[in-house]
This record gives sequence, C-alpha cells and structure tokens, in this order.
Amino acid sequence: MLKRLDDNPEKTVTVTIEGQPVEVPAGETVAAAVLASGIGYTRTTPVSGSPRAPFCLMGVCYECLMIIDGQPNQRACKEYVAEGMTIERQHGTGVLQT
Amino acid sequence: MKDHYSLVIVGAGPAGLAAAVNAAHHGLDVALLDEQPAPGGQIYRAIESIPAERSSLLGAEYQRGSELVSVLRDSSIEYYPDTQVWSLNRKLEIGLVCSNTAAMITANQILLANGAMERPLPFPGWTLPGVMNAGAGQILFKAHGIVPADGVVLAGSGPLLLLLAWQYLHAGVKIKAILDLTPVHNHLRALPYLPRALLAGHYLMKGMAYKKELKRAGISTLHNISELRASGREQLESISFRQNGRQHVLETELLLTHFGVIPHTQLSRAAGCRHDWDSSQQCWRPQLDEWGNSSIDGILIAGDGGGIGGARTAEHAGRLAALEALHQLAKIDQRQRDRLGRKDRKWMREDLHVRPFLEAFFHIPGKLLRVPDDGTIVCRCEEVTAGEIRMAVANGHSDSNQVKFQTRCGMGPCQGRQCADVVENIIAATGGDSIARGGHYRGRPPVTPLTLGQLASLYPEEKE
Ligand code: FES
Repeated sequence: MLKRLDDNPEKTVTVTIEGQPVEVPAGETVAAAVLASGIGYTRTTPVSGSPRAPFCLMGVCYECLMIIDGQPNQRACKEYVAEGMTIERQHGTGVLQT
Repeated sequence: MKDHYSLVIVGAGPAGLAAAVNAAHHGLDVALLDEQPAPGGQIYRAIESIPAERSSLLGAEYQRGSELVSVLRDSSIEYYPDTQVWSLNRKLEIGLVCSNTAAMITANQILLANGAMERPLPFPGWTLPGVMNAGAGQILFKAHGIVPADGVVLAGSGPLLLLLAWQYLHAGVKIKAILDLTPVHNHLRALPYLPRALLAGHYLMKGMAYKKELKRAGISTLHNISELRASGREQLESISFRQNGRQHVLETELLLTHFGVIPHTQLSRAAGCRHDWDSSQQCWRPQLDEWGNSSIDGILIAGDGGGIGGARTAEHAGRLAALEALHQLAKIDQRQRDRLGRKDRKWMREDLHVRPFLEAFFHIPGKLLRVPDDGTIVCRCEEVTAGEIRMAVANGHSDSNQVKFQTRCGMGPCQGRQCADVVENIIAATGGDSIARGGHYRGRPPVTPLTLGQLASLYPEEKE
C-alpha cells in the first residue's frame, strides 16, 4: 500500500512489529514504520472489534493507539522508533502491563 | 525549564516561530513549547532533516520554513521540543508533559499558535484501514519519504488535494483518480470574490499551473462527485461514487480524503476563550481582536488556530501578537507597537485577499456536513452513527453535550476532536440552523492523555 522512496537509508534501527523484527529508518514515527511495513490494521476497536489504522498522523484522531514496549494506548504517530522497540497491535481497550 | 516566563508560546509552526523570534529580539524571556521533536509545525515539518531532493519535490513554499527555523536556532529562545501542553486556564497556568514528567508553569502572556487540523467529514467506510486524511499522506511524504506504492485515489475539496497530487506526480506516484467533491455551483458562489482574490493572484496562478501539469500528465480529475463510499472487509478494497447521475466503482487500497482545514481549538476551549461560528470558513474560531487578543486577558492566539489564513498570514499574525505581548508587558508603548507592526499588518491584509474566494470556491455543501447516511459512523472512537445521533435529537436532546451524554459520542480518546462539529451540524439541521445553538462540547483538561504516573510527578516531594 505504501513504500519508502529511499530504500537505502543512512541510519536504521531494528524494531519488532507484531513479533517480526524489522529494520526501519531512524527518525520515523512508529505509525510511519508500521504503515510502511504493510501489516494492515493497527488496532481493533473496544466497541465492535473492527480493524482500524492511523488516520490523521498528526495526533488528533487517536486511531493509531498501539502497544509500544508493553505500554498500551500509545499514539503511534507521536512516538518515534528506537532500537529494540516492540510494537504490537492493540485489541480493544489496552491492558496496562506492570 | 523555569516555572515562570514573561511569554510562553505553544506551537513552533510559522506563527509560533515568528512570534518567538520577534519577542526575543526585544529582550523578552520566551519559552517556546512544541509537541514535535523539531521546529516547523505541520506545514514545515522535517524542514531541518529532509533530504534536499525530497525538499525540492515539495516546492518553494515549503522551503520558506528553513529561514524561519534557522533564525530560531541562532536565537537565545528557550525552545522545548517533545512537550505536550495538556491544560491551560484563565489564571495563565500551563500544564505540560516533557520527558514523561509533568509540570505546571505560569506566564504573564501566553500565545497559542497551535495551528489547524483537517476537517473531519464522515462518509460510509471512512473508518476502514486504507482510508486516511490527505494531510496524513503529505506528512508521510514530507517527514518520512513514504508514498503510495500501488496507486492512490485522492478525493474531497480544497487546495491541499491539488498540492498533494502535484507533489505525488513529481515523486512518480501513480494517481488513479482525483475525485472533486466541490459542487459546480460553487464557481458562481465564488465569482463575486474573484476581483479581490486577483490582488493575491500568485496563489490562483499556482493552483492553475498545478492543474495544467496534472492534466498534461494524463491524470484525470472527475468533477461534481457525490455519494463517496469506501468498502472492504478488513481493509479498503474499493470505492464507489456518483457522477452526473451515474454510479461508478473503482478498486483501490488507498484513499486519501480532504475537506479543508479548521482551527485546532482544544486548548483555547479548555481555557474558556469565547469562540464564534465562522460561516464562510465553516468552523469555530476564537474571538480575537486585530492584535490576536482572545476574550481572556493574557491569552493571545495567532496563526491558523485563530482562523484559517495559511502559513504566510500565520507568520505575520505571530509577529503582531508578539508586539502586542511586548506592549502588554510595557516593553513598548502603543505607538511603537503600531509603528513596528505596520508592515506585517499590510502584508497580512494582502495575503488574505485570496481567502474569501477560496472559502466560497471550496465551500462544503451542507448535505455532506450533515452526514446523510444514517449508518455512517460519526464518532470513530465510540462508534456512534449519524442515525443514533438523529435518534437522540428526535428524543429531545438539542444540545451537543446532551447528545454526548446520551450516546457516548465524543467520549472516546480523541475527546470529540473528530465528531464535535459534525454532531452540531446534525443537530442544527433538525432545527434548520446553520450550526447548533446548543453549543460545542465543553473542553476539559487534560486535553491530551496523561498517565497517573505523570500526574503524580507534579508532586515529587510527596513521593518519599
Ligand atoms: S493517526 Fe491520528 S492520532 Fe495518530
């Protein structure tokens, strides 16, 4: 659905998206990295369980809520990728992990 | 960060940057808070880190941002990136979160320069993965060099759609179709404003040049489109629409829509500033005087957050608001303020000449704003449909806050950012008004999510 114009970025980090290690350019937002990875939906809604994905990418729609490094309800469009980061879909309301 | 400043500016886009530089130039201690990791706002996003090649694809208007940002970098302004403002009140207290720690700071003057967001406009299937705002497409392109891989359909109404199409064309992206939902009779509506718009003719010329280029490249723009609908199971598979009485279906995995931009008023509302409905811009905007003073003493607003005027106007408004802050703080007298602001006021007036024409030309039809199809989801968070809202209205709830309590519409994580105006439009339609008299959702802090841990960090001494 989406692709990177430059597929040979200078600096990359390795993150895990839904259990799969992926090399992504440093400086990307989590939402951008996830959209480019092609995993499709990024969360399901708490009401009907329907699939959703990032919509505005500027922090106003809250469609991009994901579990990042174990923390639920993170706006993926506001967070930036980091080496070793784990990124998971959020199913329904997020459950806090302690 | 100190706990008090003479001037705190929220937002490092064109308005915030211009204001900060102007205020600091006159010796004011300024803190500039911004939620992004780098300055530029959405319009000049990634301006410092973008590769030259991509920057040139974005056009000359984008490159204007590097000038603004380099002045900031050369200044003594205390600039705080990655900082979220979650509350603001009339006592001029600001709640913020920076590196996972919350803080409350105060200021003598506060300038809100938090810009605009895309107008949410629900249509059937707009919640499907694969449907995004055109602005989101542009952010992916600007900040990350990410573009549609297998073609894209652009749909809606507004200058951004055209600009994005032109940028995609130059980046080699396949555009399957541009669907123009602007009604043809808008041309007539806009005609009376054309002479004045010609005074800022460069905007119109640019738009026409983009159009010509797209046409020459063989990209078809379909006009007079209605009944846009997105379909698919887990992901967008196709869209359908009506043109001149005929139904069409187009297969696509990606649809980017745009229906203009509206001021981002979450903070000005939380503070309690008064807002008016602007029927030309079809949005709420804070009440402001010509220097940017809101209805609350000490809170100024500049840039698109105070009403849509575009990036250049935002710059002028930012500089003027900074002069007003200096005047309020008795750093300059009224005569100095007027003299120093003369040029910006003139340039701003000239830049705004094109606006009434654009607003009329891209006026969104009331029918679209009212979400005709009962089954369409209006509240993306709580999945409340237009039909459920109409039902609540039929049951006697004629105020958006009542509809909210009744249906949960607006109670999800986005706090009504996506559905507030739509709900008001639906309520208004039942009473024949252009917008609900019943008012807007009440805004309450925190306007962005805050964890209990962050909140507790406000009181460190009680930790031990
Ligand atoms: S995509 Fe809208 S808030 Fe992140």
